[in-house]
Amino acid sequence: MYAAAPSGVIGVLDLQGGVQEHLEHLRRIEVAGQPIKHASDLEGLAGLIIPGGESTCLARLLRIFGLREAIEAHYHQGLKLWGTCAGAILLARENIGEAPCLGLIDIAVSRNAFGSQLDSFNDEALAPALAREPIPLTFIRAPKIISVGTDVRVLLQLNDYIAAAEDDRILVTIFHPELTPSLAFHRYFARKCGLNPASGDETDLDPNWTPQSWIQSRK
Amino acid sequence: MVENRYLLNTQLAQMLKGGVIMDVVNVEQAQIAQEAGAVAVMALERVPADIRKQGGVARMSEPDLIKAIKESVTIPVMAKARIGHFVEAQILQALKIDYIDESEVLTPADEECHIDKTCFEIPFVCGARNLGEALRRIAEGAAMIRTKGEAGTGNVVEAVRHMRTMNREIRQLANMPTEEVVSFAKNNGLPYELALEVKKLSRLPVVNFAAGGIATPADAALMMQLGCDGVFVGSGIFKSSDPVRRAGAIVKATAYYNDPDKLLEASLDLGDPMPGLDVASMPAGERLAGRGW
Repeated sequence: MYAAAPSGVIGVLDLQGGVQEHLEHLRRIEVAGQPIKHASDLEGLAGLIIPGGESTCLARLLRIFGLREAIEAHYHQGLKLWGTCAGAILLARENIGEAPCLGLIDIAVSRNAFGSQLDSFNDEALAPALAREPIPLTFIRAPKIISVGTDVRVLLQLNDYIAAAEDDRILVTIFHPELTPSLAFHRYFARKCGLNPASGDETDLDPNWTPQSWIQSRK
Repeated sequence: MVENRYLLNTQLAQMLKGGVIMDVVNVEQAQIAQEAGAVAVMALERVPADIRKQGGVARMSEPDLIKAIKESVTIPVMAKARIGHFVEAQILQALKIDYIDESEVLTPADEECHIDKTCFEIPFVCGARNLGEALRRIAEGAAMIRTKGEAGTGNVVEAVRHMRTMNREIRQLANMPTEEVVSFAKNNGLPYELALEVKKLSRLPVVNFAAGGIATPADAALMMQLGCDGVFVGSGIFKSSDPVRRAGAIVKATAYYNDPDKLLEASLDLGDPMPGLDVASMPAGERLAGRGW
């Protein structure tokens, strides 16, 4: 078993993208969050979130600073991972038309599958494993999960694509819970990491969250 | 524009944080930029240094060029419209690029009005020299702000001035009793409601990038340490002696802006930067930052 989990800290990969947004959501569920810039920062984490951003940029920085190997090594020792949007692309075993980056979960993704920013959208849907009420969903130049392997469970299927999935150690979402008031996915991931976050109510929407809340974690 | 759409547009800017947006003038440069780790490209016909040198009227780039660049990369594509030229913006929206820069680098089309950006679905980024300019652009519907700096000079001094000015004015506002906000807003040209929001947040309510004169990894990290959320590099990459290395180095330096060892590493073996221009001795008419109102 992963011996380092007792720290209770969830890291957020801090190379580029929506880092503060995730840290702010972790704060709201009273889980300690930490920005992760170096391979040595991975020691003792219970989980690591790979945030949204630009996947080509993140992939290059992971490669040149040795973080890719470090994340793989920690994953094999039990580190739990969650990729949102670009993060899901980096974790996918198959990235249609491109080489995979970390390739740790058996899913196939198609990058930027909806079109340009004009095709970014909001939606809401029921994900029974996460919450009893529909969860608000924000898709920004999102990829699609096209297919999943036999050991991967679908958490949310929409139209012709899969929006959230997991295996025993990795969670992937193509949308951005950290850009909405919903804390359901952060709580779900914290539990997956063996932590015991405070419970939310049935909707699990934080009434105090605003679109500018990330600024609190920026300062 | 529905409120939803504006929020999605500010949120795309949030996903660009910590990244570098690079000016490119053709497909080959766009691919170099993407490969180097740019978070977006700005599709242009001429980089600011050439616009400055060649003079004449600088307009929106040819749609064919923008289209070819858009088809050659998967990262977001931005393009510039002239200040106040809402029809150029309509065309860029119809092209379905990802972001419009209503830019002082192009020759203004309107010397009084900027584009009413609330009429558009597509997001806009606009330049600012101070808090008043930033908040006026946000009031008009900009989803992202950047410093103006002085584009095409390879001289970071104006970008520093603009960021320090914004920071200073935000600090003043944050520490001011509420009854003083009205006169501060009046004297500095701040829309009042947005001034109150900035006061509450102690920051601009949207993402704010550095732009205008960034030429080295150190310049990029300087702007990040001053509090910018990311960096635009215009002429600085493709006017240098080794664009591939420099592009990659500026991406590294922006991600690790607070780590001097990594900054040193990023600064080694880069070849020559673009030649720089002194801004202080430049006639006022040649300064691009003065465009916009």
